[in-house]
Amino acid sequence: MTTMLNVKDLRAYYGQVQALHGLSFSLSEGSLTTLLGANGAGKTTTLRAICNMVRSTGAVEFEGKPIGNRSTENVVRLGIAHVPQGRGTFTNMTVEENLQLGAITRGDKKNIVADIERMYDHFPVLKQRYTQQAGTLSGGEQQMLAVARALMLRPRLMLLDEPSFGLAPLVVRDLFRILGKINREDKVTILVVEQNAQLALELADQAYVIETGRIVMSGNAKDVANNEDVRKSYLGY
Amino acid sequence: MSAAEEVVTEAPAVEAVPKRAMTLGYGTSLVVLAALILTPLFVKNFVIFQMTMLLIYALAVLALNILTGGSGQFSLGQSAFYAIGAYVTAILMEHFNVNYALTLPVAGVVCFGAGFLFGQPALRLSGIYLALATFALALAMPQLLKLGFLEHWTGGVQGLVVTKPDAPFGLPLSQDMWLYYFTLAVSIGIYVASVNLLRSRSGRALMSIRDNEIAASAMGVNVALYKTLAFGVSAGITGIAGGLGAIAVQFVAPDGYTITLAISLFVGMVVGGVGWLPGSIVGSAFIIFVPNIAEGISKGLSGAVFGVLLFLVIYLVPHGARQVALIAQQLAAKLKKN
Amino acid sequence: MELFANQVLAGIATGAIYACMALAVVMIYQAIDHLNFAQGEMAMFSTFMSWQMMQWGVPYWGAFILTVILSFAGGILIERLLFKPLAKAPVLTNVAGFIALFAIVNSVAGLIWDFTIKQYPTPFGSSPFLGSQLISTHQAGMVGVTLLLLAGLYFFFQFTRIGLAMRAAASLPESARLVGINTSWMIALGWGMASAIGAIAGMLIAPVVFLEPNMMGGVLIYGFASAVLGGLSSPLGAVIGGFLVGVFENLAGTYIPGVGNELKLPIALALIITVLVVKPAGLFGRPIVKRV
Repeated sequence: MTTMLNVKDLRAYYGQVQALHGLSFSLSEGSLTTLLGANGAGKTTTLRAICNMVRSTGAVEFEGKPIGNRSTENVVRLGIAHVPQGRGTFTNMTVEENLQLGAITRGDKKNIVADIERMYDHFPVLKQRYTQQAGTLSGGEQQMLAVARALMLRPRLMLLDEPSFGLAPLVVRDLFRILGKINREDKVTILVVEQNAQLALELADQAYVIETGRIVMSGNAKDVANNEDVRKSYLGY
Repeated sequence: MSAAEEVVTEAPAVEAVPKRAMTLGYGTSLVVLAALILTPLFVKNFVIFQMTMLLIYALAVLALNILTGGSGQFSLGQSAFYAIGAYVTAILMEHFNVNYALTLPVAGVVCFGAGFLFGQPALRLSGIYLALATFALALAMPQLLKLGFLEHWTGGVQGLVVTKPDAPFGLPLSQDMWLYYFTLAVSIGIYVASVNLLRSRSGRALMSIRDNEIAASAMGVNVALYKTLAFGVSAGITGIAGGLGAIAVQFVAPDGYTITLAISLFVGMVVGGVGWLPGSIVGSAFIIFVPNIAEGISKGLSGAVFGVLLFLVIYLVPHGARQVALIAQQLAAKLKKN
Repeated sequence: MELFANQVLAGIATGAIYACMALAVVMIYQAIDHLNFAQGEMAMFSTFMSWQMMQWGVPYWGAFILTVILSFAGGILIERLLFKPLAKAPVLTNVAGFIALFAIVNSVAGLIWDFTIKQYPTPFGSSPFLGSQLISTHQAGMVGVTLLLLAGLYFFFQFTRIGLAMRAAASLPESARLVGINTSWMIALGWGMASAIGAIAGMLIAPVVFLEPNMMGGVLIYGFASAVLGGLSSPLGAVIGGFLVGVFENLAGTYIPGVGNELKLPIALALIITVLVVKPAGLFGRPIVKRV
């Protein structure tokens, strides 16, 4: 399996405060990886550093090319979709406009309409609401919209920041099922940051555990799930 | 929203020191105070007059700073309160022969009332809408002062002449010098009161509104009351500055209080550093002296020179004099270490 | 009744001026989330450029189109050179930048073209429109151009990808970057478009108020007021706001005793503030809903 994203010695700073202390990990193509950790461990910062949304040093390579010097929008244009924490919905635009914005950098205009239809297949609830202002959707629906918007980029890699945050358990199950489907059927490599470790480990094939800005454990998701420390700290049994 | 909050959180230079510092240290304060007390003894009367105006505008900038830096509201209408203060003083002195010193508290109280009342509708507005509302007030003020039925009191377009007071108790001071020290005393009083206000419980309440209005109200801060009070206090201080200005210039007329004055005061606040009270005097110096300097460089292009100088200031120190002070402070700290 | 109808008509005629300027205001507000205090001066400068071209013998429409193009480029240039470096500075610092730009443009225009009043031609003629003495063909033409501009902007924002991208960049810059939009250039583009629309407004207004460096001062205030009244997020609202302000102002001058010319503006503004107190997002603006 080829490596899709390779991160080496990533350090990130908020002003004077260092949030990541030399993080290294890699994602192989087609994998679904989860990044686990407690509050403040640096999960969100890791995703933001990959997209250059926070001051950072270290080497980030995407499909073999270094991307550390690119602006956020140019990282995205390479095919890296980032679903941020809090979803980043364009609340005063319609659902359909949000989806179109996801594809705004694509040259193949003809396929966009078809792709929007595909998103409606994945997330039927969006179809019912396509003329509605996105701000009027419920939290779960907005999360669906955020994922759909990211997929409209036809990304090679998708970064998701706590997609389960604030959602009802049933909705989370549904969302994760769809993420698995996207990973298998559309061959999108996925990196998902989660606090809901149990669900994330069920879904993922690879897992990393991060503590205070450092990777402390990595491996096959099943092995990680069976690890004594992980079970105690993150799974609670 | 926004403005003042960003000033505090985004400044890279601000991080090393207490973030909410709105004042100077004791040592620096004493040096500045000494300079303000001693300089007039060695300069000509015209310079003393300019220094008096410097203090007066500094008061007006300070007032705006309390409003914007303190409560996060934004006003382009300060010239209106300045005008009201000036006219109250002028009318009391010339029509009722009230002692000049006694007119100032009256000007302050009248303007406090006006500001408090104006703060009521302003409560529902924020950001640009509030800017427009205050802007309208500033535009309307000269026209209102010219109104026919007020002419008996205001002197209409002609305005009123104000007599300059002599030094009391036969002190051997020229009128200009006496007025300067009088203004200095008033300014120090107001400055100290303002610093204490912002450090008090009410000051913290104001700043909590500035930083997050919703959170503030959730913590039990009476947002409406404090916002209108901030308007009132700001207007009151501006009114006192206006009264002093009327005495110093010896003249009030509607066209002395146009929107240009309000814009100048705003520029003064930005140059001094939003929310940093000592910066008010730096900002005041900028709006008094820079137009003169610009005129000196080029008569025809004085506006352009002023604009370029203003651009230079905001490029080099986007957070105004406050940023300079912080850099100096850090340098001093480094020197001490070595 | 006839007086009333006439005043309304005259109000619409002046309202066209405000509406035109208000469109430029909404444009820049969409791009940078602020009111640009120097916008009127930029429009004045553009108008002077077109006047200069006509003095050199360029025909009206040639000068018109050239000026719009030059203003578009000039707006982008100003943003790149002067305001991009301020992107991370506090908001109020940016406002001070607008004030500085105002002083510079006004002063330079005064130096090049001096402060005497100049006649400015109109392509529509100035005979009475449809036999009414209150509205001239020029003013009718202005209403027409304003409506055309409005339609054009509506199409641009609703149906083009770049219009959508601009709206996205204005409403949520970070999310916009995350879908790959270069937000910095969207701002520059907004400046360019606002400057171009301002130029059109200036060239239409100049025949009415005459050409001189201070011609836009009052107009810009009315433009702000109209845009705010209509709702800063809505081009249609801005245009309607412009006509409403024009009509208000005329009616107040006619029917409220003691108002006269001097107090027209304060009264119009007071009325607008009253409207805002009741409807803080303007008549046609989208209310901003915040989730805590």
